[in-house]
Amino acid sequence: MSLELRDIRKRFGPVQANDGVSLTVEAGELHGLLGENGAGKSTLMKILSGFYTADSGEIVLDGRTLDIRGPGDAIEAGIGMLHQDPLVFLPFTALDSFIAGSPGGFVIDRRQARKEMMELAERFGFDLDPNAPAREFTIGARQQLEIIRLLWLGARVLILDEPTTGISATQRERLFETLKQLASEGMSVIFVSHKLEEVEELCSRVTVLRQGRVTGERELPCPADELVELMFGKSVVIQTKEPVELGKPVLEVQHATLEDELVTVRDLSLSVREGEVVGLAGLEGSGQRALLRAAAGLLKPRSGTIRIDGRTPRTYHEFLDVGVHYLPAGRLEEGLLQGMTITEHFVLADESTPFFVDWDEAEQQAAEEIRAHFIKGRPDSNAEELSGGNQQRLLLAMLPDHLRLLLMQHPTRGLDIESAAWVWEQLLARRHDGTAIMFASSDLDELLMYSDRIAVFFSGEVIDILDARTATVEQLGYLIGGVRAAS
Amino acid sequence: MNFARRFASSLVAIVAALAVAIGLMLLVDAPPFEALKLLVEGSVGSDVKIADTFMAWAPLVLTSTGLIVTFAAGLWNIGVEGQVMAGAIAASWVARTVDGPVWLLIVLTMLAGMIGGALWALLAGVLKVYGRVNEIFGGLGLTFVAQALITYLVIGPWKRPGVASTSGTEPFPEHAWLPTLPGLRISLVAVGVALVAVIIIYFMLRGTRFGLRLKAVGKNSRSAYLLGIPTTRYMLAAFAIGGALAGLAGTIQATGFLHRLVPAVSGGYGYLGILVALLANSSTIWVPPVSFFFAMISVGSTQLQLRLNLDSSLGGVLQGVLVLFTLLAQGWQSRRIAREAAEASAAPPVKLVES
Amino acid sequence: MEAALATILAAAAPLVFAVIGETITEKAGVINLSLDGSIMLSAMAGFATAFVTGNLWLGFIVAALVGMAVALLIAFASISLKLNQVAVGFVLFALTRDLSSFLGNPYVHQRLAGVPHLPIPILENIPFLGPIFFQQDLVVYGSLVLIFVAYWFIFRTRPGLKLRAVGERPEAAHARGIPVNRLRYLYTAIGGALVGLGGAAFSLDMKLGWSYQHTLNFGWIALAIVIFGGWHPYRAALGAYLFGALQIIALKLQPIFPGLSQVLPSMPFPIMILTLVIIYTDWLKRLADRFPSLREFLASEPPSGSGVPFEPE
Repeated sequence: MSLELRDIRKRFGPVQANDGVSLTVEAGELHGLLGENGAGKSTLMKILSGFYTADSGEIVLDGRTLDIRGPGDAIEAGIGMLHQDPLVFLPFTALDSFIAGSPGGFVIDRRQARKEMMELAERFGFDLDPNAPAREFTIGARQQLEIIRLLWLGARVLILDEPTTGISATQRERLFETLKQLASEGMSVIFVSHKLEEVEELCSRVTVLRQGRVTGERELPCPADELVELMFGKSVVIQTKEPVELGKPVLEVQHATLEDELVTVRDLSLSVREGEVVGLAGLEGSGQRALLRAAAGLLKPRSGTIRIDGRTPRTYHEFLDVGVHYLPAGRLEEGLLQGMTITEHFVLADESTPFFVDWDEAEQQAAEEIRAHFIKGRPDSNAEELSGGNQQRLLLAMLPDHLRLLLMQHPTRGLDIESAAWVWEQLLARRHDGTAIMFASSDLDELLMYSDRIAVFFSGEVIDILDARTATVEQLGYLIGGVRAAS
Repeated sequence: MNFARRFASSLVAIVAALAVAIGLMLLVDAPPFEALKLLVEGSVGSDVKIADTFMAWAPLVLTSTGLIVTFAAGLWNIGVEGQVMAGAIAASWVARTVDGPVWLLIVLTMLAGMIGGALWALLAGVLKVYGRVNEIFGGLGLTFVAQALITYLVIGPWKRPGVASTSGTEPFPEHAWLPTLPGLRISLVAVGVALVAVIIIYFMLRGTRFGLRLKAVGKNSRSAYLLGIPTTRYMLAAFAIGGALAGLAGTIQATGFLHRLVPAVSGGYGYLGILVALLANSSTIWVPPVSFFFAMISVGSTQLQLRLNLDSSLGGVLQGVLVLFTLLAQGWQSRRIAREAAEASAAPPVKLVES
Repeated sequence: MEAALATILAAAAPLVFAVIGETITEKAGVINLSLDGSIMLSAMAGFATAFVTGNLWLGFIVAALVGMAVALLIAFASISLKLNQVAVGFVLFALTRDLSSFLGNPYVHQRLAGVPHLPIPILENIPFLGPIFFQQDLVVYGSLVLIFVAYWFIFRTRPGLKLRAVGERPEAAHARGIPVNRLRYLYTAIGGALVGLGGAAFSLDMKLGWSYQHTLNFGWIALAIVIFGGWHPYRAALGAYLFGALQIIALKLQPIFPGLSQVLPSMPFPIMILTLVIIYTDWLKRLADRFPSLREFLASEPPSGSGVPFEPE
């Protein structure tokens, strides 16, 4: 049995998520699909599993071209996908989540299904209580439930999308054993990941995606630096960052324990000084967001202290008052206001607006800001009409002139190179004013280029703090995957 | 282009609504064109009728304007009907107990009505913000409570001497009535108050920092919060303003039109206001004309009952169909626009160089 | 005692139809807010049909079709046009309410023989249970059967599991090859038909006849009971019966507190809706943790996908 994807293309609005991707997977093969966030891996796999339909391209299984119009067709063809956030039904019992969507008679034979579920679980050594609600399961257990469900439905090709995010080390070990066992039984497994060392550990072959295209395919083992280069490209841009005298500490985090939906960060201590740029590296959900939110006053630490210029503000508004500002990753979701114009955004952001707004003046000011920040849009353009780059420019333009601490998540995600460079030029200029900057990014080049120091997170812990002048992409890549000894 | 499309969809909605109304009349063997003529004559055909229409217009404008404020903040204030009642109760209490010159009573009853309506709305707001009770159901529950409260007052503590019936309280002393023009039922104070309310809310939403921030909360409360807007306070403020205006409508109903408290004091202006607000599509400036049109239909349709023996609810049907078709036409258009956009982006990108 | 219980069972029957219907619709992820109007319109249509044709059962069928038509409009507006469900539901409430008054005008206070009593032989003689359960009419039997069938369908059959899946997490249902929007249409229509039957159960049986706004407020209360019922047929039915009991208690108390005679019958409405405040606290959850077998019954979260349109891409 062999699976072949030929010249798959998929576009979402202005984003070409897959730009002519081809991929071949043999039976019994553990095939890695490697690429950084946003490279188009998930889109490709969602097309293969019928969740999305491709704009063009072919899927060929055993020499037969499949006509996949929906997930049902893919399941029937024997293609099953484990999504990054396992698609179980949280309030249902595990058993019902297992059964949902399966073929069979009108009345559910729960006894039989339970028996089959337990048999499968046992075969792989999964400990799953069929009667417990799926919401009480850990992410790892939800994955296990989905894996046996897909096998139960007769999957011969198993896709796993970033399956190691949010699961424990033992669960990971168990998962890898399972996948190896399945492959040895003739199953094709596609393992989607941006973690180099996991792909190296598990897979026999790997395809690397970058910006919607295949940049290479390698038999494993193969030198890591080769893969890193395929993933991230060569760092060609050498930005000269003007040095700035670092001042006194602005942000001081001491022995903080932070807890959000994804992760618990324990005993974190970190400080950022005036004019300093600290990058936060790590897989999504390793604790960077929790730290940013805590430093912005949006997440209360369980213990420990967070000081801004020696003070300890409590509410989000008090953080704002002492000059802290947070730019979230979801620009349209939690940054801008859909359905409101650029002018209205500027008025909202401007603390000094009088009670009665002078719209003519506001519009003139907005036009000036638009010119000053090279935003492609008119004062009366709505936020959602702007491209990602222009949305980010707008958000930057809305920032107060004088800030003590600027916190950002993925400041240049989805931007073209030119916009990204411009954004950083603006940000770096603020350092002269004594502003401290802390940002999280999954773009290693960006982290290395603009940070003074890089704090690397791995499952809720800062495992290393690097000097950005001497660190390398490879070193960073290994640390992000949790490999300390790489340097 | 955008405007033309919107205009076209409104036109389609109006024509469709008329067609449905005509169809319905044919269904019950009524002469449709005579009925439509009666509808117009019955609402603007004489001074008396025009005065009546304006007396329905004033409370309707007030509830709709209030709803525009709550809608702007992203809140479905379906409890508005109860807020009208609460305002009427508070105003009735003042009208029954306070003695004084007419101008003083006008000010006091209106203040009381606004406070009553605002408090009632704030109850729903507090339930939503702190009790996580959806404002739709909290509001409905409170409407029933307000209705029960009126019934209780009318047959209990405020009953007419000797009679305990639900027909209403004793008329208020005349110094508590809103003064009307001689021979007509119209009170210029009521109309003036409604106009002032529209103007204030129009400028509040359009021209003030407060209004802009309120809209921001309604568009996306997360973004608004991150921008530093205290979102819960703004939501409660929206409830209070909407409730105060609804309470004012209740006051006008009680002291300007019915001159007593009756169980049906709200006149359905709360629910009708929701339709007006939906049709005005969140734009305050459209509230007065749309309200006038709706008031015309409501007042005119009573003529259908008298002259053609048609049920006056035809007016309500007409209003409902109009709003329904307008919404459907809007939905249809945004779907078409979305499809066009999807097709445009789904087309394969033009490649300048074939590799 | 038996008599009172039998009365409650009968009085609540129309609400049971409406409440189960709306539960099914909301379980699939659509909220039909028009209930107060669509019950009224279908009650009127059912009565008019039965009155004109002389066929009671045809009345029920027409009522079901009317309820279904209104529900399909909501499905179309919210699923295909992605309009706000609350807005469309509310407009349809107002429209159908007034339509019922307009079209029902000729039938006000017309007389018609309602659904006949149909005691079930032998069973009716069982002491205590007989008078309560087996001396009713077909509508009441229907409502009782519906409760169990709905439960069985939703929790024991494969299509029922799909129904829950579609309302709970549409993207997960989609990934399993379940046609989300098609099923949402289907169950909105079925739920609407049941709501329509509830309307006919009023006008052709429990509140026989037609008058201006004949079923006023029962739709709102049905919506409240669906929430009270935690989207579970048994608990929703329990809510309907509790409401029936409250109404009858209010009626019995009238001679004792004549001053409050007008107020009491409407009190169950706010009581029911304000109970929701308490329902949302965590004591139910704690109870469920203590008695896992009751978890299904005590769960009170809305289907997470309810009211949220689903688009695969």
